[in-house]
Amino acid sequence: MRRDTVRGFLALTLIAVLGSIVGCGGGRSGSAENPPPPASNVQPITVNAGPAASLGSNFNSVNVAFTSVTICVPGSTTKCQTIDGILVDTGSTGFRVLSSALTLTLPQQTDSSNNPIAECLPFVSSTVWGSVRTADLTITGEAASSLPIQVIGDPNFPTIPSACTIFGPPQDDLASFGANGILGIGVFAQDCGGGCATSGASNPGLYYTCPSTGCVVTTESLAKQSQNPVILFAGDNNGSLIMLPSVSAPEATVSGSLIFGIGTRSNNGLGSATVLTVDPSSGNFSTTFNGQTFTDAGFIDAGSAAIFFLDSGTTGIPDCADAPFFYCPPSIIKNLKATNMGTNGANAPVSFDVDNGDSLLSNVNNSAIPNLGGPFSGDFDWGLPFFFGRTVFTAIEGKNTPGGTGPYQAY
Amino acid sequence: MYRRCADLCLKSEIWRIAGFAFLALALPFPAPASLGGDMTTVHADQMRMQGTLRSTNTQAYTVHEIQAPNGVAVREFVSPAGKVFGVAWQGTTHPDLRQVLGTYFDQFTQAVQAERSRHPGHGPLSIQTPGLVVQLGGHMRAFAGRAYVPQMMPTGVRAEEIR
Repeated sequence: MRRDTVRGFLALTLIAVLGSIVGCGGGRSGSAENPPPPASNVQPITVNAGPAASLGSNFNSVNVAFTSVTICVPGSTTKCQTIDGILVDTGSTGFRVLSSALTLTLPQQTDSSNNPIAECLPFVSSTVWGSVRTADLTITGEAASSLPIQVIGDPNFPTIPSACTIFGPPQDDLASFGANGILGIGVFAQDCGGGCATSGASNPGLYYTCPSTGCVVTTESLAKQSQNPVILFAGDNNGSLIMLPSVSAPEATVSGSLIFGIGTRSNNGLGSATVLTVDPSSGNFSTTFNGQTFTDAGFIDAGSAAIFFLDSGTTGIPDCADAPFFYCPPSIIKNLKATNMGTNGANAPVSFDVDNGDSLLSNVNNSAIPNLGGPFSGDFDWGLPFFFGRTVFTAIEGKNTPGGTGPYQAY
Repeated sequence: MYRRCADLCLKSEIWRIAGFAFLALALPFPAPASLGGDMTTVHADQMRMQGTLRSTNTQAYTVHEIQAPNGVAVREFVSPAGKVFGVAWQGTTHPDLRQVLGTYFDQFTQAVQAERSRHPGHGPLSIQTPGLVVQLGGHMRAFAGRAYVPQMMPTGVRAEEIR
């Protein structure tokens, strides 16, 4: 009897141990002893030629980090689509997808008169125009429900208002946009902010209401504007970090991680990173170079292809003859030094190299290009090459983190 | 209240203090039009942008700076001969580039499309043609740019001054 009891105890113990092992490996739904593992906050990202490469090697992307997201018709678990070739951008806010990459029909956002809403959004040298729609967005284990997004080049809104072409030519297809969509996870909670929520001359005119008579500028509340998807996550909603490995020479493909949340889990702590709070209006910090301080003129932008800084006349570095938006020094310039300064007074030094753009880009099959620089008069745009070998944090405005309240960037 | 960059807010503070003096200086002068143009009336541009104006003189040129309530500032550089040889801007969006670049707008648009078709992507852009230089940069809510016509630059003026 006693022996049977012992044997039974051992058997039960064995079952329990085996069960817990299976539970860990197999994602078994949890009991009190084995809570379910938290949903992942880690999303793979890849710097590669991107989706436009399908159009020809001259459309290969340079220094763009791509990922994939799943979007669904709000509330549906079946009307869903996973879209890859999505550009990861810390310099903008909001999710935008090319109409040509979208197979779902997503609900159209409307105003109080039931007229559809569309958006005209300026990027640096172009404009994107299209409808504002609503989707449930999932990326790794994180979900943003009923997210207002933009559908670029929506055929239901074929006529770009003339007031929307004043910012530059439209980028509304794969060839011109270079991605199937863009995941804007910058420091701002909305793409426009308070200006678009007010009427009159202070409205920058990005949102349009489109009755049958034509689209006209309208006011758009903060909640209806294109949102930073991260702020709608249940947790890990104060920001994100991007990790990419060091890259010593041009490569075809480099893989890294986009991790959501700052200090919300063991895998997204700030560690020794310096928090640079940014101007809450511009999203910029200040940068000192060669003893000169450029106030409110620096930012870290994964969506920029190079480290763009100052100009040839100031740096003495020649522009490339055939691509004057990149620098072409005769040979690599090593250990250029700058210091980024947050509005909180914190300083974070940067040492960087600038190599010849023509030779760096000579092999079109390489898409991850270190040491690529270019001019941006009076400003410092720390683009994707800055991310190689670093962990870069982006905290969203108004959100609390262990490093203080956003907006800030940290590295 | 609508948010603008600290730099612009600081400038508007300065103008609030000195605005009347600047305005008194500026109003009697003819005003800038768009790049490459002759000077026309100050009121056209200013009213179009619904902005405030500040004008400053250097030895080589006059800068007319218009601050619009939507957070966009445009600076137009006028030579002693009365020609707009350069424009620079910064703000929450780009300004009306069709207005600012004037007759150069179509050339600008074609050059952007040509460069983007050779190098698709995002980030700052420089256009350098013999008759037109345009540089654009920034990010959402903080854009900056400048354009100038090299042949129209007054002697001794450096391109870096146009900002």
